This record gives sequence, structure tokens and C-alpha cells, in this order.
Amino acid sequence: MSPEDLISRSAEKHGRERKNLIPILQDIVRENSYLSEEAMVSVARELDISPAEVYGVATFYSFLDTKPLGKNIIRICKTIICYMHGQDEVIRAIEDRLKIKLGETTPDGEFSFLPTNCIGHCHKGPAMLINDRVYSSLTPETAVRAVEEYI
Amino acid sequence: MDSSTRERRIAEHKKRVNLIFKKCVWDDFLDRALEMSPEDMLEKVKESGLRGRGGAGFPTWLKWKFAREAEADEKYVICNADEGEPGTFKDRAILQEQAGKVLPGMLVCAKVIGAEKGFIYLRGEYAYLLPALSQEVENFNEKIREKGERFSIEIKLGSGAYVCGEETALIESLEGNRGEPRNKPPFPVSEGYLGKPTVVHNVETLVYASIIISEGPECFKSLGTSDSAGAKVFCISGDTDLDEGIYELEMGMTIKEFVELFSDGDIKAVQVGGASGHCVPRKKFADTIIGFEGVPTGGSMVLFNSSRSMYNVLHNYLEFFEEESCGQCTPCRIGCQQLLKGIEAVKSGEKPSEYLDDLVKLAGMMKISAKCGLGQSAANPFISIVEHFREEIMY
Amino acid sequence: MTQKQLRIKINGDTYLMYEGQSVLEACRSAGINIPNLCYLEGVSRRASCGICVVEIEGARTLVRSCVTPIREGIEIFTNTGRVRKARHTNIKLLLANHPRNCLECDKNRQCELQKLSDDLDVRDTSYPKIRKKHYDIDASSPSLTRDHEKCILCARCVEVCSQVQSVDAIEIAERGMEAHVSTFFNKGLDASECVNCGQCLLVCPTGALMAKHETGSVWKAIDEPGRHVVVQAAPAIRAAIGEEFGFEAGMPLTGTLAAALRKMGFDRVFDTQFTADLTIIEEGNELISRIKNKGVLPLITSCSPGWIRFAETFFPKLLPNLSTCKSPQQMFGTLAKTYYAEKMNIDPSKITVVSVMPCTAKKFEARRPEMNSAAEYWRNKGRRLPGGTRDVDSVITTRELADMIRESGIDFARLTGEKFDEPFGISTGAGTIFGATGGVMEAALRTAYAELTGKSLKDLNLKAVRGMGGVREASVDINGLTLKVAVAHGLKNAREVMEQVSKGKSPYHFIEIMTCPGGCIGGGGQPVPATTDVREKRIKAVYSEDESMPLRESHKNPAVIALYDEFLKEPLSGVSHSMLHTEYSRRDLYPGI
Ligand SMILES: Cc1cc2nc3c(=O)[nH]c(=O)nc-3n(C[C@H](O)[C@H](O)[C@H](O)COP(=O)(O)O)c2cc1C
Ligand code: SF4
Ligand code: SF4
Ligand code: SF4
Ligand code: SF4
Ligand code: FES
Ligand code: FES
Repeated sequence: MSPEDLISRSAEKHGRERKNLIPILQDIVRENSYLSEEAMVSVARELDISPAEVYGVATFYSFLDTKPLGKNIIRICKTIICYMHGQDEVIRAIEDRLKIKLGETTPDGEFSFLPTNCIGHCHKGPAMLINDRVYSSLTPETAVRAVEEYI
Repeated sequence: MDSSTRERRIAEHKKRVNLIFKKCVWDDFLDRALEMSPEDMLEKVKESGLRGRGGAGFPTWLKWKFAREAEADEKYVICNADEGEPGTFKDRAILQEQAGKVLPGMLVCAKVIGAEKGFIYLRGEYAYLLPALSQEVENFNEKIREKGERFSIEIKLGSGAYVCGEETALIESLEGNRGEPRNKPPFPVSEGYLGKPTVVHNVETLVYASIIISEGPECFKSLGTSDSAGAKVFCISGDTDLDEGIYELEMGMTIKEFVELFSDGDIKAVQVGGASGHCVPRKKFADTIIGFEGVPTGGSMVLFNSSRSMYNVLHNYLEFFEEESCGQCTPCRIGCQQLLKGIEAVKSGEKPSEYLDDLVKLAGMMKISAKCGLGQSAANPFISIVEHFREEIMY
Repeated sequence: MTQKQLRIKINGDTYLMYEGQSVLEACRSAGINIPNLCYLEGVSRRASCGICVVEIEGARTLVRSCVTPIREGIEIFTNTGRVRKARHTNIKLLLANHPRNCLECDKNRQCELQKLSDDLDVRDTSYPKIRKKHYDIDASSPSLTRDHEKCILCARCVEVCSQVQSVDAIEIAERGMEAHVSTFFNKGLDASECVNCGQCLLVCPTGALMAKHETGSVWKAIDEPGRHVVVQAAPAIRAAIGEEFGFEAGMPLTGTLAAALRKMGFDRVFDTQFTADLTIIEEGNELISRIKNKGVLPLITSCSPGWIRFAETFFPKLLPNLSTCKSPQQMFGTLAKTYYAEKMNIDPSKITVVSVMPCTAKKFEARRPEMNSAAEYWRNKGRRLPGGTRDVDSVITTRELADMIRESGIDFARLTGEKFDEPFGISTGAGTIFGATGGVMEAALRTAYAELTGKSLKDLNLKAVRGMGGVREASVDINGLTLKVAVAHGLKNAREVMEQVSKGKSPYHFIEIMTCPGGCIGGGGQPVPATTDVREKRIKAVYSEDESMPLRESHKNPAVIALYDEFLKEPLSGVSHSMLHTEYSRRDLYPGI
């Protein structure tokens, strides 16, 4: 589906009202992993609001990225409880496996590896999300295996 | 306490308190609730002494009363499932296991205030709950439509912003805006979603509300203390040797009792209520009650053993706030940055240790002049950790 | 309707105040000043700065007085230790991330942040600077610059751009410590919907938003031997310049202004009111011709360049409704380098045209590529002017002019009034009222009436189109024709009127639109503060000037009549068209997307 189609379909589905801006942006991110300038301008046109407003809203939310991201997004919890249970080693293991640093995207565009705040699995930390799936009680080994599921 | 004693005690607790996770059939309940008048329901909730489980602890019945009395053509009920407080994961578990009790809670609230539309604002991090939860919601909508009710529920997904758990920020987000908390007054019960009276409740509050309606206020009221009636779901993490994590316990325990149950005893501090809560040091365990009369908590209980650096803990919390602040108001946006930078500067010797006193004053000022709960409570961990673990911050 | 009164206590004293008042307003009416920084009456209730906090009996936290309504029995304390400390701390926090280089700052001595920190006796700035991200100064717009480093995120600019102008070129982007004011994707302002009106910079409490300065190029021209520098001053300048020199708002200072300009060293001191009169003749005839020939109606005025850009961006389909008349500033520029040059026998390439305008958008207008009719005129005569010749060379604002007057060492308050130079110094009251919302309409009606009936209106004061109402309408009977007109100022009001036109539901023949609230007297180049109260006073000054003028109808301006005789022949003639009229084109935002 072309981005234009995706956006007008999504606007059709949710309704062309301001209150549906976020669901529409979420649809785009689900398809394309991030919001391009073009996409945001199209959304602004669909909802008859200014592109600056769309940009203001998008940049407020951590999961509405405005910079290109990889196909698979790994978000690892960086909050203290996971840290207490060895999140460092897990991060290092994933960095080694993907040959990128936390915060980066692999050159082939397959993975982005991002830090995030507590994802609600603290008693089973370290925890991370890959796309919408959660992986908890991670060790360096299980974390790398989880990432490899997506290769 | 040896581990078998602990196991026995925990089992006793579980036996005494089992409201939220008890298996039961909800159809009968719906019928019963639908026969009840809104006044009766309101009265039951009032009698139970239920206060909000999202942190602030506002009396639930009073919120309903305000919204009920507000005149408007439309009203809304919102289930706050944005659970972002570090160390909190009970709402996820409740939605996974007991969505069947959350939805009737929304219906009950809607009946009392006169709403026909409900939303569940589910944090984006929990998107994986969506397939099952949507199914539940669909079935529920169908079921109550058959019973002739006009109420229906819709799920909206968050997009990664802790502050959207704050009820007015949540409403802004639902309206398609940046999640910036609003000025209060007006409160949502008079002007909320789309300017209409709106009641926002934590997931857990809604479950207790439905239990109270179906089983009567007594089952709830008989538990807990006079200020903190009933039970509460606790999320236990950090230096605990139990990885179950979620326990429904009576309100009013001391931290000492708590720590004895859930750890091997080597605990130097407990962070009660998540990053925005208070840090209680060991010497205060015995006389600190968990509840509205002592340290309140939305459920998060994080235990720290003697090997942990409280500097790291505080540093991590402050980074969290600096990032998660919506950024609109001065005390919070810049205050959080200054607190973080400040402890770094003291640690590195760039600033003298007395600078911590300035920072405590700054934190105190944030508490009274930040616009919303985020900036106000960012001061809590700062003040309590600096007070009790000053050496760890300095050296 | 009588408003309900509430009994309240402020610092222990009891007062009766009206329901609906905020704590801040109630205290103000009790004579108690509460410092505030982000609040903007009627526009912004963001309550972000946290400076206006007070204590309320029974409240756990301090309360933001600017957005908290009073209620019966409320007890307010405005001057407790907690309150003072909180205000102090909040200012200190703002200053921590602030450059504090007041000496280099355009806002020096007019800065609300500076004044507040002085008023509140903030002397130490012990918090370290920790702004994380650096953004370069956005100087892409010909009208204004944005400097993130000086921004305190009060969001007044965002609110004005949205609530008053309905442009929404800027928004707050990102969150927490990264929050900042941004255009779409932080592209420069010039690439955005911004219409250059400068209303945002009028309300900016700091130097984060500043007008582009052109004083340097003006001095250079004045200093250059052999250069013939002519200056034109717009109608709205005389109604406001005094404020820069300690006069009460609302004091018209036409003669003083002319004297000051002459003393600064301009070779000729002219009046934009002259071309305002000319605009009325052309536009009035355009209206009559459109009505007679069933042309596109309603006709909409075109002298406000922010409005033009707004129409090009948001209502491109309605561009045929706009009058093709250039604005008085641009008519002046063209004529100065053609008619005037020929008449006075001055080499047009030696002429520099400087405008003093109340408006930041005029800087943009002068740079529009098509605004080079003089060069075109000379090319047709076989003479090439130097490349890049503009009809208007430099545009300075009222504030820039005041800076230059101060720099010249002129004691403005003690000047004796002088007259503008001829021929472009002669004007009528109709030209004067161009400065106020409704003024162009009133001036046009005076002339149209006379054109169609052969006699002047009985009462030249058309009160129906005056005032500060956002959209005002009137109808005038002229020889059996009921001419229906509307006036809108502030682009949000303009948008409303345009949407009606867009739907084909506009009942009007003629619409006046001014970009800025109050019209040009409230322009982005005017002295600050420009509160509604100040704007109203300036408007009064404009109408009192009009009444004091011997001639009050544009068509009676003898210099304009001579101009037609000698040069233009007649209204809407071929020469007029090439000299005084222009065209517009749709403006595609974010091209390439
Ligand atoms: C920064 C911040 C975050 C919050 N996050 C949540 C949350 O994730 N879930 C929640 O139920 N309440 C949260 N709250 C509290 C809500 O504002 C609100 O008080 C609550 O949803 C009311 O529900 P209750 O009456 O059932 O407690 C938060 C408050 C603040 C200030
Ligand atoms: S306290 Fe923080 S989160 Fe709350 S409104 Fe202010 S900046 Fe936003
Ligand atoms: S904005 Fe104000 S305080 Fe800041 S440098 Fe300029 S004059 Fe000084
Ligand atoms: S100049 Fe006018 S249009 Fe441009 S940003 Fe400022 S207020 Fe908005
Ligand atoms: S640019 Fe000026 S008006 Fe806009 S937010 Fe910053 S300080 Fe306020
Ligand atoms: S701290 Fe990592 S999931 Fe909560
Ligand atoms: S003036 Fe009230 S908060 Fe800024």
C-alpha cells in the first residue's frame, strides 16, 4: 500500500477528526516503523490541521518516532530494577550480536536497539520488547536468542 | 524468618485476602448490578471506603457524585491502564487475568454518573494485551447491548509517555494532543474529555468497585484500616527472592512486616510507590505504615539490599523524570534537570556537599509549585533519599 | 445583567469581587500586583512559568493565580515567604539555561524576564547551565529571527499564532528537557505557514523572537555620498512612535516624526499616506468596475502583506477576489524610482527608498520577487538598473526607527513639528485612517460614494466600520445600490470571513482584512507592549488626526490629482496597471512533499 493510501485509509477508518490523530499516527508507525515528513504532511492535510501540530504531537510520544528506524525495534528497559538484575550485560550481548550501540539502527535497517523506561516486568527483569512482544528474565544468552528469532 | 515460615505466612495472607484474582462468573453479577439503582450503587461504594488505587487516593464515591451531579449531555468513564510508574505491573496482570471484572466496574461507574461511553487507555508498551483484551471488550459490549444498555467501551492505545497516566494528560492524549496536564480546576469530573464530565479510574479501583457492588461493601471494608480501607494489589520487585511479584494484601501493614515476608532480611531501603514515591530507610521500617496514613503507594514496592548504591537509584529516577516530564512548566522541566545535574556535581566534587541542601530546598519548591503530580512528586525520592542516604550521594 | 459578587480575602483584607475573575485579576483590582510571565490576557492560559503563584488557605500546594478562578470565601495570600521563594526559584531556574547576555540582546531594557528578575531581586544565578540540545538561530525569515537559547517556553508565541492568527506555524515539540518551540520538523520559519506578521514577537517576553534589523543598511545609504535617500513613513507610525520616547500611548506625533526623519539625514521625508490615498482611488475604481462589469466579488483589500501571504497559503482559490492593487508601501517605492526620479531628474539608480513601517511582514513584501516594477519601467525605456534593484530598498520598523533616532542623539520629545516634503508628503485624513482596522474601508467608502454620486458623504465619519469587534459589517446606500461591506482584523477573524466566501455564502461586495488585531497600529513592528488597551489608544490617535486634517477624502488630494495628470492618466489605466497593480500566486507548503 502506498503511504498516501495507508494514511487516507487510516483516516477513513478512525474518522477525520483531531481526536483521532494519534491512532492514525500509530497506524503509520505500525506499517513503516516511523513517521516521515511526507507522512506527517499527508496526515495534516487529511485532518485539516497544520503540519507543525502533527509534528508537535508526534515528537511528544516516545513510540511515534520521526526518524527512520529499523524493521524490528528492540526496546530494552533502562529503569533501575532491571539494571539491578544485570541489564548491562544483556545490553552488551545484544550490542555485540547486532554490532551496533544502544540507540542505533543496524546498517541493513533490520534492527533498531533503543532504551526505554520501565515496561512493567520489573519482577522479571531485565526485560525488553521486540516490536510488540515482551521478553523477560533475560540473560545475555536468552536475549541474543530472542533477537535471533527476528533474523 | 526462615523461608518456610515466610511461605506459610504468605499463604495465610493470600487466604485472608482474595478479591481481585478470585475466579467467578460475571454474568450473574451484571444482572444484579443492572437491577440496582445508581443511588444504591453510589451508597455501597461510599460505605466501602474505597479510595482510588492509582496513587492519589481520592474517595471513589465522591468522584462519582461530582460527575453524577454535573449537568451535561455526554459523560465519560475512562479506565486508566497507562501503568508507567517504575515498579508497577499489577494493572497488566489484572487486565490479563481479570478483564472480566474491570469492564463491569466501568459499567457501574457509567450507570452512576450517566455515561454512555467508556475508554480504556492502555499504555503502548502493553500493546500485546490488545488481541485478548479487544475480544473481551467486544464480548462485553455485545452482552450489555443485549441487556438493553447503551454503554460501550473502546480501547485506545498510548504511545510511550509516562505523564499520560496523569488523568488530564491522558484526556489531552485521547483528544489527539500532546499529553500535557491541564490546569486544575476545572477537574475532569466537571470538564474532562471533550470538555464533558469524565471519571478516570485506575484499573484496580474499577475492579474493587465491581466487587463491592456485587458482594456488598462489607467484604472490602472489613479489611484494612480506617484511613486505608480494604486491600490492594502490590507489585514486589528488586531484592526479593520471590519472583511472583504480584500479591493482593490488606492495607495497613508496616514496612517491617512487609520486608520480613518478601525478603531474606538484608534490606536497607524500600522505595514505596515507584519513582514518584518515598524511600523508606531500614530504621523507619517498623513505624511506617503502608497506606494513606503512612506512605501511600499505587502498588510499587521496590526492595534494595545493602549492596545497592542509592546514588544510582536516585540518579536513575531523576533521569526518568527529566525525560518523562511533559516539559511545560518551569519547576518540573528545569527543576528535574537541576536535581540530576546537582547530584552529579556533588558526586564529582564540582559542588560542595552543602549544595545538597540547596537542592532539597529546590525539590521542596517543586513539590508546591509544579503544575501536576509528576513535578510535585519527583521531589519525593529526592528528598527522602538525600535525607537518609546523604553519604551515598556525596561519596 | 448584574454579575454575581463574591466575598474574598486577600492578605487578610476583605473585598467584593466579581464571579469569573481570576485570582490574579481580583488581586489586581485590589491594587495588589502579582508578577507574571507567561499569562497573556484573553490569549494564553498555559500557566507554564509558575511565577504568579500565591497561597490559598487550605490548599496543599501553591496556586497559579493567572488561571485560578476566585470562589466565595477564598483566602488569598500573595506575599508569604513560600510564595516569594517559589517565584525566586522559578526565575533562577529560567535564568540557569539562559544566555544572560543582555548587552547584546535586542530586548535589553524591554525584556520582561530581565525586568522581573530585577523586580524580584534575583541576584544570584547559582544553578548551572544545562540546556542539552543546541539549535541554531533561525534567520530564514526576512521578518524575524528565533533564538532557542533565549526561549523560556512560555508558549505565548504558539498561542498567538494559533488563537489570534490561526496560522499554527509554530508548536511546542518534544517533551521534558528537550521541549522547544518548533516549526514543522524545525525547518526554517520561512519554509513554514508563517505569514511574517510578528504578532508572536510582540508578546515574546524575552529576546527569543526578534525582528530582523535593517538599520545598518539604512545608515549606510544615508552616509553614502551622492545617494538620494527618500523615506516614507506609514500612517500607523505617528500614532505609536511617541511610546518609544515616554509619551502616553495615543499621542499622534506627525510633525515631530517628520522633523526627526529630516534630522536623521534623509534627503526627502515623504508620507506613505500619499500612496494610501492613491490606493483608495485605484481600489475604489476597481470595486466600482467589478460591480458594474459583474467581476469577481467580494473584492478584498490587499494592503496587508501578512494577509496576502495567508491567502496565498490557505485560500489560493480565492486569490481572484483580492484587489490587484499593490500596498501603499510598494506603490510608493515604484513611484519614487519612476515618476519622482523623472520629475526631479534624479538618476533612479542613485535613489534609495526606505520605508518606516509598523509591520514585520512589510520586510517580506519588499522582497517579493515581483516588487521590482521600477526596474521593469526603466528596462522598457531602454535603461538597465543595477541587478537586484528593488522598488523598496530597506524596511525598518517603528522600533528600529526609534533606535536610530536615539542613536542620532535627537531629543525627540523636544523637536518642533515639521511638514513632510512635497510631492509625496501631501495626504488626506483618508490616508491617515489606513492605520486602524476599518480605515481602508472607511476611506474607500468616502471616495466611492463621491465617485458614484458626485457629492461627499454627509457625515464622513462612518462609525459602523470602526471599533475593535473581530468582524464588523455595514451597508451603505449609494444611488440605490446597497453596498454591503465587512471588516476583519486578526487572521483568525479573517479565516472566518474567508470560509464564508469559500462556501459562496458571503453577502458582501467589499471586505477589508488586516493581518494584525487593531490593524497596522497593532503591527509586529510597533512598540511593546501592544496590549488591547494600547491598541485602542493608538486607534483613537488615528481618528483624531483624521478629524484635524483639512482634506479627508483621497480623491481630493491635490498631489494625487497631479500624479494622474502628469503620469498615470486615469485610474486603472495601462500605466497604473504596470506600476500600481500586482498579482498573487498560490503558495505550496513543503514543496516536494
Ligand atoms: C505523572 C502521573 C502519572 C500517573 N500515572 C497513573 C497511571 O499510570 N495509572 C493510574 O491509574 N493513575 C495514574 N496517575 C494518577 C491519575 O492522575 C489519577 O489520579 C488516577 O488515574 C485516578 O484513578 P483512581 O481514582 O482510581 O486512583 C498518575 C498521576 C501522575 C501525576
Ligand atoms: S509538573 Fe512536569 S509533567 Fe506536570 S505539567 Fe509541569 S512539566 Fe508537565
Ligand atoms: S532575553 Fe532578556 S534577559 Fe535574556 S539576554 Fe535578552 S534582555 Fe537579557
Ligand atoms: S510571525 Fe505571525 S504567522 Fe509567523 S510565527 Fe509569528 S505569529 Fe505566527
Ligand atoms: S519564543 Fe518567546 S514567546 Fe515563544 S515560548 Fe519562547 S519565550 Fe515564549
Ligand atoms: S524496571 Fe524494567 S520493566 Fe520495570
Ligand atoms: S503567569 Fe501564571 S503561571 Fe505563568
